[in-house]
Amino acid sequence: MLLCDNIGLSYAGTGQPETEVLRDVSFSVPEGAFRWLLGPSGAGKSSLLKLMYLAVRPTRGHLTILGQDIATAPRQALPLLRRRIGVIFQDFRLLSHLSAFDNVALPLRLAGRPEGPLRADVSELLRWVGLARKINQRPDELSGGEQQRVAIARAVITRPELVLADEPTGNLDDAQAERLMQLLHELNRLGTTVLVATHNDNLVNRHPAPALLLDEGRLRERG
Amino acid sequence: MWRRGAALLRPAGFDELGLRRALVGWMLPFLVAAMAILAALALGGVLGASALARHWQIGPAAVLTVQVPRPAVPVDGASGASRLDHAVTLLRATPGVAAARPLGEDELTDLLRPWLGTDAERMTLPLPGVVEVRLTDGAVLPADLARRLDAAVPGSLVESQGPWLRRLSALARSLQACALAALILVAGIAVAVVGVATRAGLAARREAIEIVHGLGATDGYIAARFAARITWLAALGGFLGAILALPVLAGLAWLAAPFVNTGADMAMEPGVIAALPRSLWALLPGLPLAAGLIGWVTAQLTVRRWLRQLP
Repeated sequence: MLLCDNIGLSYAGTGQPETEVLRDVSFSVPEGAFRWLLGPSGAGKSSLLKLMYLAVRPTRGHLTILGQDIATAPRQALPLLRRRIGVIFQDFRLLSHLSAFDNVALPLRLAGRPEGPLRADVSELLRWVGLARKINQRPDELSGGEQQRVAIARAVITRPELVLADEPTGNLDDAQAERLMQLLHELNRLGTTVLVATHNDNLVNRHPAPALLLDEGRLRERG
Repeated sequence: MWRRGAALLRPAGFDELGLRRALVGWMLPFLVAAMAILAALALGGVLGASALARHWQIGPAAVLTVQVPRPAVPVDGASGASRLDHAVTLLRATPGVAAARPLGEDELTDLLRPWLGTDAERMTLPLPGVVEVRLTDGAVLPADLARRLDAAVPGSLVESQGPWLRRLSALARSLQACALAALILVAGIAVAVVGVATRAGLAARREAIEIVHGLGATDGYIAARFAARITWLAALGGFLGAILALPVLAGLAWLAAPFVNTGADMAMEPGVIAALPRSLWALLPGLPLAAGLIGWVTAQLTVRRWLRQLP
């Protein structure tokens, strides 16, 4: 499912000496597993997630996601792979000119899903996240928590095989955070592999699961 | 209701990249309209110069005229032929002459009408006989033709328009080449304008593009969204430009008509709109199509190249 083998990542083009934000990272996550990704700020959690949702490619090592070696995969193969991955961002990354419905429907439309069943699925999921009455609202008309729920709905609408979440509860109250965790566990029970990066120790304690701990770009321990 | 394209099904008008905001207003259509006006004028120049060059090449340039005073008077000798017939016989026997044809009275009247008006035929002027001589391709006028004609038919006069008409023809061809170069230049500027507009749109919608790209949109999908918007705006500009250029072209065509048409056509004085050549009528609708095509190709190439910076 997820296989990192001696991964290194550095960002070029800043004009400063190139330093690796990820160094010699190796781990594997089996299909259908749930993992926490923990570590202090600047440890490289977001960079590791970026690698996994294919926003960057590793500068060295091998990364295999959903059976595809990312280092050697042709660029045109990546869009189809991205459609099999759902990502929940801390800053939502919603399209501000689209309604909640259209934001959630976007991955299905990109995948070519017919509009009839799409409407039913999107409406159902928005109802599930408690936004049934706000499907036509644009992000700037929603609260932070509501925007986060739209982002979550968009990430899972395609029933992805892999869900990556970057501080997904950062803008949610405890009840909403708990509801999100229930959704992630439900997806995990249905066979989806889930990797959640968080600072929230309470959340981790309430939902114990194996963890990957990053510190200064290196994987320190596996729990 | 639903648009099927690139194996995708999406609501018509669904603007996931927000391009109606990023590529909005009249700037691009206005600039493309200005380009289209210049292109239409250049196109008119190409066609007009082409018509003039063709007219001069197959018309007077290959023709010389011979004036025979007192054409009906018999020549000296036993043949009894008139001076005009004798001149025609001599011309037809000259090497390099493809045809020698005496003009009829009506044709002479047509030639005189621009100077003498519609009453030319009622005037009792002693008109000379005029023989139109067409040379074979590449033929050179015999140097002693004028002397031989004068000896056979005293007082006859040979007029060859060849040298200066050849210069006019060369001038027309040069104008044609310049107009064609202007047309290519205008197309190049249009490509640059569309490229700048597309890059501005990419910069304005970078975040939305990255989000859609991250959700699994292909380069082709994103490029198609840009190309559709840019094509529409460019074609709109091309259409407006063609409409605005129409009266200018019609006026120029009307002014040029006497130089292109025959003497009989000159007298008819066609209307301004009717003066526009058919070829221009056929090409003007092509301006919006060409503008749209330039927009589509430029947007596709610009967006696909820009997207290569994303993984």
